[in-house]
Amino acid sequence: MAADEEELSINEQAISASEDEEGSDDERKHKKLLEAISSMGSRKRKKQNERSEASVQVSEFFVNAEGTGEKVNLSDLLGTVEKTSGASNKTKKQLRNLQSSKETLELPLNKQQTEKIQRGIAYEKTAAEVSCWRNIILQNQKAEQMVFPLNQESPGPKRVEQVVAGWKVQTPLEQEIFRLLHINSQPVDDPVLTPVEEQSLKAMSLEEAKIRRAELQKARALQSYYEAKAKREKKIKSKKYHKVQRKAKCKDFLKQFDEMVKTNPEGALEELKKMELSRMEERMSLKHQNSGKWAKSKAIMAKYDDSARKAMQEQLQMNKDLTQKIVVPSDDEHESNEEGLETIPDFVNDSEPVIDSVNPWMRGQLTHEEPEVSCVTTEDVQTAEEENEEEELVGEFERKRKLRQADEEDLIPTEEERKRAGLKKIQPASEVVEEDVVEVSDKEEEDDDDDDEEEEEEDVSEFNTLFRLMRSEKTLEGSNQTREGLNTPGQEDEEGLLNEGQIRVRNIEDLEVLGEFVDPQPIAEPSLPRTAAVEATSEPPYKKKREIDLKEVLTKEAKAVKVPFLPTVVDEEERDEQISIIKEAFAGDDVISDFIKDKSKLEAAGRPEVVDLTLPGWGEWGGVGLKPSRWKRKRERDEQISIIKEAFAGDDVISDFIKDKSKLEAAGRPEVVDLTLPGWGEWGGVGLKPSRWKRKRFRIKTAPPPPRQDQKLPDVIISENRNASVASHQVSQLPFPFQNTAQFESSIRTPIGPTWNTQSVVKNMTKPKVITKMGAIIEPMVKEDFIKNKTTTPGGKGPAIMLGENKRAKEGTKRSSEKHRGRRSQKRRK
Amino acid sequence: MKVKVLCRNPDDYVRETTRDIQRVPRNYDPTLHPFEVPREYTRALNATKLERVFAKPFVASLDGHRDGISCITKHAKSLSTVISGACDGEVKLWNLPRQECLRTVQAHEGFVRGICSRFCGTSFFTVGDDKTIKQWNLEAPGYGVREEPINTILGKAVFTGIDHHQRESTFVTCGQTVDIWDEQRSSPIRSFSWGVDSFSCVRYNPVETELLASCASDRSIVLYDTRESAPLRKVIMQLRSNTLCWNPMEAYYFTCANEDYNLYTYDIRHLDVPVTVHMDHVSAVLDVDYSPTGREFVSASFDKTIRIFPKDKGHSREVYHTKRMQHVICVRWSADNKYVLSGSDEMNIRLWKANASEKLGLLSTREKAAAHYNKKLIEKFQHHPQVRRIARHRHLPGDILKQKREQREMKEARRRREQNVRKHSKPGSVPLLTEKEKHVAAVVE
Repeated sequence: MAADEEELSINEQAISASEDEEGSDDERKHKKLLEAISSMGSRKRKKQNERSEASVQVSEFFVNAEGTGEKVNLSDLLGTVEKTSGASNKTKKQLRNLQSSKETLELPLNKQQTEKIQRGIAYEKTAAEVSCWRNIILQNQKAEQMVFPLNQESPGPKRVEQVVAGWKVQTPLEQEIFRLLHINSQPVDDPVLTPVEEQSLKAMSLEEAKIRRAELQKARALQSYYEAKAKREKKIKSKKYHKVQRKAKCKDFLKQFDEMVKTNPEGALEELKKMELSRMEERMSLKHQNSGKWAKSKAIMAKYDDSARKAMQEQLQMNKDLTQKIVVPSDDEHESNEEGLETIPDFVNDSEPVIDSVNPWMRGQLTHEEPEVSCVTTEDVQTAEEENEEEELVGEFERKRKLRQADEEDLIPTEEERKRAGLKKIQPASEVVEEDVVEVSDKEEEDDDDDDEEEEEEDVSEFNTLFRLMRSEKTLEGSNQTREGLNTPGQEDEEGLLNEGQIRVRNIEDLEVLGEFVDPQPIAEPSLPRTAAVEATSEPPYKKKREIDLKEVLTKEAKAVKVPFLPTVVDEEERDEQISIIKEAFAGDDVISDFIKDKSKLEAAGRPEVVDLTLPGWGEWGGVGLKPSRWKRKRERDEQISIIKEAFAGDDVISDFIKDKSKLEAAGRPEVVDLTLPGWGEWGGVGLKPSRWKRKRFRIKTAPPPPRQDQKLPDVIISENRNASVASHQVSQLPFPFQNTAQFESSIRTPIGPTWNTQSVVKNMTKPKVITKMGAIIEPMVKEDFIKNKTTTPGGKGPAIMLGENKRAKEGTKRSSEKHRGRRSQKRRK
Repeated sequence: MKVKVLCRNPDDYVRETTRDIQRVPRNYDPTLHPFEVPREYTRALNATKLERVFAKPFVASLDGHRDGISCITKHAKSLSTVISGACDGEVKLWNLPRQECLRTVQAHEGFVRGICSRFCGTSFFTVGDDKTIKQWNLEAPGYGVREEPINTILGKAVFTGIDHHQRESTFVTCGQTVDIWDEQRSSPIRSFSWGVDSFSCVRYNPVETELLASCASDRSIVLYDTRESAPLRKVIMQLRSNTLCWNPMEAYYFTCANEDYNLYTYDIRHLDVPVTVHMDHVSAVLDVDYSPTGREFVSASFDKTIRIFPKDKGHSREVYHTKRMQHVICVRWSADNKYVLSGSDEMNIRLWKANASEKLGLLSTREKAAAHYNKKLIEKFQHHPQVRRIARHRHLPGDILKQKREQREMKEARRRREQNVRKHSKPGSVPLLTEKEKHVAAVVE
């Protein structure tokens, strides 16, 4: 606009200038000229003034439009503007600038060029718009499989409300159902959720729901892990493992129970009640009372079979354990503190179960305890671990001990033994020592037995045993307080020497040591098997103990104080007696040689055998005790060789082969090309030879071919010629998409057929690139389905140069974009 | 005591129905099945041979027109309906499965130049030599009622082609100008012209629905956008293009059928060089149509053959011809990607299978699996000379074969000549042009 005004102002200036100079003269001339022109025409043109502008001169006949021809002069404007205070300085300045500037506008571009520019811009725009398809197109081109028509509805089940959309209630039953639904504010069709569900949805935001879901997932995962772990553990067959597990559980329970006693006495009481209940149940039932069929059968066997006897004992023991009355721990504690020695429960004194439960003598001694026995002055201080083992085993031993009376009746020990048991109540060690000899080697076996026993324990009994263990632990704690700083054996010994008090032997090792003190002889005797066994168990500290110098030990022996039920001291005579007894017992059998024999046998069994395929009696005399001759074996081989020789008797294959090969080699060698022309350039005639020079010059030797592939393989001929019959089926050039021959070969090598692959693999490998649905119309792609986020707003980014013609186009685009939007919204509504 | 018993899972051997074949457990140990490559090669060879044996593409011929077929169009919603227009102004509706004519309309005086059906499948438009655009109802009028168009528009000049928008009620015609019409109006809502006096074909882009392309008589192909006031760009080729077709799955590709016996696939973003030159025809190509999957297209030629080209290959994979088929004027690929329709000079519409050896109808799963396996085998061994030889072998009519040879010779001669010219002129003065570059004369902005 500004430019236009400028132009105008310039013109106006020119006109006004002329007017000023020549005034009315010109006007008159102009009128005359006009009249002359008008008179020239045949038709008289009447000029009519049109009413268009307000003017100063107003006629009553017509509207004067004198000012119409004249345009507003810029100077006029300026004049007024200068005077008015309201106009801003800026506009004034602009106007002044306009007045002073004398530049002309450039001519507009011609039509062709403007159109070209328009087209260029439009093309760029369209190309850019179309380029948004690039990714989709590339993806489709690369896709292994395309399924047409695109955007098929999922074949799965549809939502109910989709199916039900056009359905109306018809039968009375349906009406009834819908009435019910309506009453319970259940959604009938479109809103899938009930109001309650919607509310709950609102209550939890998406993030919360996600978090909660994640938590739930985690919990589920953990649970599944735990379950899997439990399953795995349950499957483990190792008894030892389960034993350890159970022990750990017991310990835990004990701890818990202790805490419970302190923190939650009611809970503890309840636990106690439970134990009591289990005890009552056990008492009521006939379980473990050796009254069943099995027990009766075992009773018959018991006379002859040790294991049967043992099993029966265990049963009874279990019954006793389970029916034993539980003493409230708190009371017990007090008593033990006050009364000390006497209240220490029996089983505390029990030694390790290394002693065979079958052994009646052991048990015999245990029952006949005397009050002085329980006197405890010093005790071995052991590591916590050992203690634990001990605790566990103590209970067991006690069980066995309690079986004593029944055993005595059942087992009927020999007269002698019984006598001895009666006589040597205080010194029962001799029998134990006897036992010991065997025990050392049988240690492992016993362990197993222990395991077995424990396996048989029932859940009900667990409470009792646990409780008992608990008690024993407490007492031990008490005792531990009394003895201090006696960790090293040396110290212990010293103390022993000083005090000459009673030593309470509490575990296998001590017992063994004591046994060794007593009689070194029997240990020495079966040294061979025993060392092996010991090595197998490999317990270095114990071994060391055993290696203690006998004499040294013996010096202390005299001072060792006897615990009544343990073999601490044995008289010389007695020892001799024992040795003699042992010797007597093993009089008949040479144990060591037996062992060596057994071992060698086992070794022999492990060795791989020579497989003998000779058929005895085949081709020679048969019968018992006859062996196939060595000659026979040899002859078979010879025979084969001779057969082969016979078969190839006539033809010398090898030499033939060599000949063939040399022939082939010779054929492959390049020949000397002789180009000499005899008589050319020299005298000719019969009997004349070409000169040496000539021969040298014209006999051409070609370069030797590359070495043959079978050059270094004497018994192989590798033909390097191409097989023409196969060649017609072979690919001569590397086909296009492959980069190298290896690629192509590997693509050919992998079979795709069902002969070599499983069904699913074949299906996968042979799936077609394009799948079409039969009878379905494949529509072209729809832009809205594939390019969703890109909204086409052509109106917004119209061409930079706006021309009159473009308005229409713009309208058109607006309309189309509206339509687009309308369609999209419709889709969304669907 | 645990007793171990041999037991089998019934799923492994029980058939679901008695009609199932017995399950045979297989051992896939590769040592038991040696020579996999030679065996598969043999299978591939056999498959190739069988494919050729079973290649019987001709399905049916629809006769009834009394003049050469000038145009065919597919029904937008029905696979079984086809509309064809003849050179005597007659339009016929065909039922394909029954191979019969449903309806005949005398639509125009003179040629029916173009037909298109509306996207909703309720009506169709025809343009003819009598300068009219007529809209017809697809449903036949009642008995005794005269066939009359729903709407007739009288134009100023002859219309040579028509195409309908994919989703909106606008259509485009071409003649002296390219006009965009609203169905409700009797005058075009927009006219495009760019210094040319006649167009032979105009097509809407089925994907980018506002794009148009037309073939003009000045050997050019012009692109338009209905949202713009002016055409977009023009590419001028060595010879005139007769028709063009947009790829229905790839928005920016179109293929044009040219008078120089070739077809050219263009990317509208790079018009200066065609993406692919498809050559095999031995005479002018008159029509082209894409398969609805956008993977292949079919072309009709004046040399009395139809050829099917993969969209990105330079040579055809299939050629169809019959003794009686004359110059093929129009061709369409059915919307289910199974058939090809061709209309030719000798008044017949022919129905062909798109895959010559494909078995029609429902296939059992085993048949399907076998077909897929065979197809894959052929693909795997396609580079082996014997397989390739058999797979490529087509019988061609003698004169076409002769022409082909002739043209090969001509081409060779031209190449040799060019070589010689290059050899004897200043280096760089005769530039080396690729086959693609040779055929584009100019791109006009």
